[in-house]
Amino acid sequence: MGTSLGLLLAALLAASAILVRQVDRVRDDEPLQEVLYIPSPTVVKRMSLGYSGLLADIYWTRVVQYFGTKHRARSKQYLILKPLLEMTTSLDPKLLPAYQFGSVFLAQKPPEGAGDPQSAAQLVESGIRANPQSWRLYYDLGYIYWLELKDPQKAADAFDRGSRIPGALPWMRVMAAALAAHAGETETATYMWTNILKSTDDPNLRRNAINRLRCLRVDSDVKRLQDAVDEFIKQSGRRPANWQEMISAGLLFGLPVDPRGDVYRLVDGRVQVAQPDYFPFITRGLPPGATPGALPGEKGYKVPKHLI
Amino acid sequence: MTGRLWAIAYNTYREAVRDRVLYNLILFALLIVGSSVIFGQISLQINRIVLINLGLTAISLFGIVIAIFIGIGLVSKEIEKKTLYTVLAARPVRRWEFITGKFLGLVMTLTVNALLMSVGFFAAVFYVSHRLGRGDLQLVTAVYFILLEFVMITALALLFSTFSTPVFSSIFAFAIFAIGTFGEDLRGIARMTSGVTHWAMTGAAYLVPNFAALNVISQVAHDTAVEPKLILLNTLYVLAYTAAVLTASVWIFERRNLK
Amino acid sequence: MAAIEIQGLEKSYKTGFFGNKRKQGLKPLTLTVEEGEVFGCLGPNGAGKTTTLKLLLGLVFPTGGTARILGRPLDDIGVKRFIGFLPEQPYFYDHLTPLELLDYYARLSGVDARERKRKVDTALARVGMSDSAKTQLRKFSKGMLQRVGIAQAIVHDPKLVLLDEPMSGLDPIGRREVRDLVQQLNEEGKTIFFSTHILSDAETLCDRVAVLNKGELKGVGVVADLLHEVSGEVEVVCSGAQAIPALSALGAVCHATGNVVRALLPERSLENALAALRKSQARLISVTPVQATLEDYFLSRIGDEKPSEVKA
Repeated sequence: MGTSLGLLLAALLAASAILVRQVDRVRDDEPLQEVLYIPSPTVVKRMSLGYSGLLADIYWTRVVQYFGTKHRARSKQYLILKPLLEMTTSLDPKLLPAYQFGSVFLAQKPPEGAGDPQSAAQLVESGIRANPQSWRLYYDLGYIYWLELKDPQKAADAFDRGSRIPGALPWMRVMAAALAAHAGETETATYMWTNILKSTDDPNLRRNAINRLRCLRVDSDVKRLQDAVDEFIKQSGRRPANWQEMISAGLLFGLPVDPRGDVYRLVDGRVQVAQPDYFPFITRGLPPGATPGALPGEKGYKVPKHLI
Repeated sequence: MTGRLWAIAYNTYREAVRDRVLYNLILFALLIVGSSVIFGQISLQINRIVLINLGLTAISLFGIVIAIFIGIGLVSKEIEKKTLYTVLAARPVRRWEFITGKFLGLVMTLTVNALLMSVGFFAAVFYVSHRLGRGDLQLVTAVYFILLEFVMITALALLFSTFSTPVFSSIFAFAIFAIGTFGEDLRGIARMTSGVTHWAMTGAAYLVPNFAALNVISQVAHDTAVEPKLILLNTLYVLAYTAAVLTASVWIFERRNLK
Repeated sequence: MAAIEIQGLEKSYKTGFFGNKRKQGLKPLTLTVEEGEVFGCLGPNGAGKTTTLKLLLGLVFPTGGTARILGRPLDDIGVKRFIGFLPEQPYFYDHLTPLELLDYYARLSGVDARERKRKVDTALARVGMSDSAKTQLRKFSKGMLQRVGIAQAIVHDPKLVLLDEPMSGLDPIGRREVRDLVQQLNEEGKTIFFSTHILSDAETLCDRVAVLNKGELKGVGVVADLLHEVSGEVEVVCSGAQAIPALSALGAVCHATGNVVRALLPERSLENALAALRKSQARLISVTPVQATLEDYFLSRIGDEKPSEVKA
């Protein structure tokens, strides 16, 4: 009698676990409804009865989870990222990771972010108001102004202000100067992302910085390779058919390989990356008509191997 | 007189401490503190922040529940179950001695309670941070403030139980706790009104227990120091407010027919 | 000095939804309990017995009248050292042991620290609870709790002991023990005042009783006198069924078993009945006065309010 009850219990528990998963799946597919479920931050703060710090932490985990889910699915929309971040930071204005996360992932274009650099800048500004001694927020602000809002002057200002805060690392000073003169150069960006990578423990931000650095590598590789190809064309009067010809011509010393290990492609005399989807931030080496991170159905889309 | 006060206080403490419900709640709180070590892993950068937020929130909330329930056990249950009669009827115990002694016994219980829970909490902090330094002194302040919260809410629970049934007393006590966390907002709203509403709201806003000022959890989670001035003022406020509530309780209780 | 002196003590309550009606819990009561006596307060449930006790003990405040306990007014808190009280269906702190409980009470009553242990042990022994002295009260049966209750009422050696329904919840053995204890306490010089609705107990124990009904005092006095008031029947046993008609004519109730007749008749008719017997040449076997019980007295006092229960 005891064992059969035990088996029944196990079976029922298993059944309910399976049902929970099913329910989760159904609820996952309701992105727009989500927006309605987030009440205003002031209301939530009231209802928290003074325990807003804990609620902020809870919302923060929702932010990370939400972003992770959408990012894995190469989502084009991050509808509630902004409200979630606003909720988190209004419940706990001193939660620095939220501002740092928000600055990058609100600003970047989909699928690497919500594509809303204005909101990102506002978020970071409010973070700075609440945490005037936090120099790190200034590099987030600088990045947004420079790379997303294309305003190197404001970016330089941000780095400058940040560099004056006690405890700020010296690279802030360097960035302020670099942006004044060399805003368009990949070396400047490489310098910034390298230092950002060193300044953060957040796995998402680290992965993003590494991604950025690789893409900058690609940009500079492609430029160098394209210069070599153009030189070949000038010398031989025709386009090179493959890399071997260029090696034979002494313009190259080995097969050129991108940071992922794929060989760069040479198509009609243009250098291209083999798999653009892995390099969401590159500005050179894209196949014609393709945008990185294109969604299924869009022109030029190739399903990346890691998603099959 | 002090002999009787101490006897009643110690008896209350002894009875409360042997009640297993108390231990279950403390255990539960400690479980949550323990689990906060795990939850902190979700976001490593805010590991310590989550631990402190969750741990202190658990201690505060559970402690308040405990404070309300044993506070109500004091008078309401005693009247219902008539344990009160043998003490008041055939002993030279004045009614105010009874209330005050009971309250002191409760404060003793709550202090022990807070100590037990915070031991678990500090153990978790040590485990996560691998050290207990000067910055952790702020955590002690936070726990002290939480104890002050317990003292206030239990005095209020005691007040309600001098004239109300256990069920209503607990509802009132929880309600006034919730309202007390809005204290600062109420005073702000009161300032914006005028006329009769202004006086009514101002009165209410100052009568309501000021729980908002006793919650420094978020602050200490970010290692922000608590001003010594605030510590002193909060202590004095709680002393004054609690004394007022006790006085009201005694006033009501002395006039009550114990049917 | 009277142990308890009650003068016109009354208690009325506000009832009705708007508190506009008044209900009399206790109508003005005047009563005296002498020192050294065992006094019983009788009445059905809701008669006002418990109210009287609560008024005397300061648990409830009178709406009229005064009372003195051991010569002192009701609000004199010092007098509490000398009284002990057992409430109806007592309940004590669940998680204490009798030892701890009695020590607590003794302490509150001002018993000196040196004497406390001795007095606590004595009290527990007197109620037969010495073996369970260290068990938590929540494990006790009702009867055991009742005994602990009595123990706490006497631990500090009071002069006056007030008991509200002391026999309730006890089995016959327990009740016997309580009765014995009450007598012992009385022999020690203590005044006992107890309320009950079990008349046989009162009859055995009490020197004097008072009967209350619906908040009003219906009668008070020495038990023997009261019984005498309502007795007045005799049982005549004779042989000779021929006497029956004559006896019945005098108002006797007769039962015949063979030739033996038992007749119950009012005492005042005894002379006439004996004459009737001689006339009918029935042989008298015995004349026995019927012992009235307190129940008779009780019912006669409250009988006018409950006509269906009056005994003929």
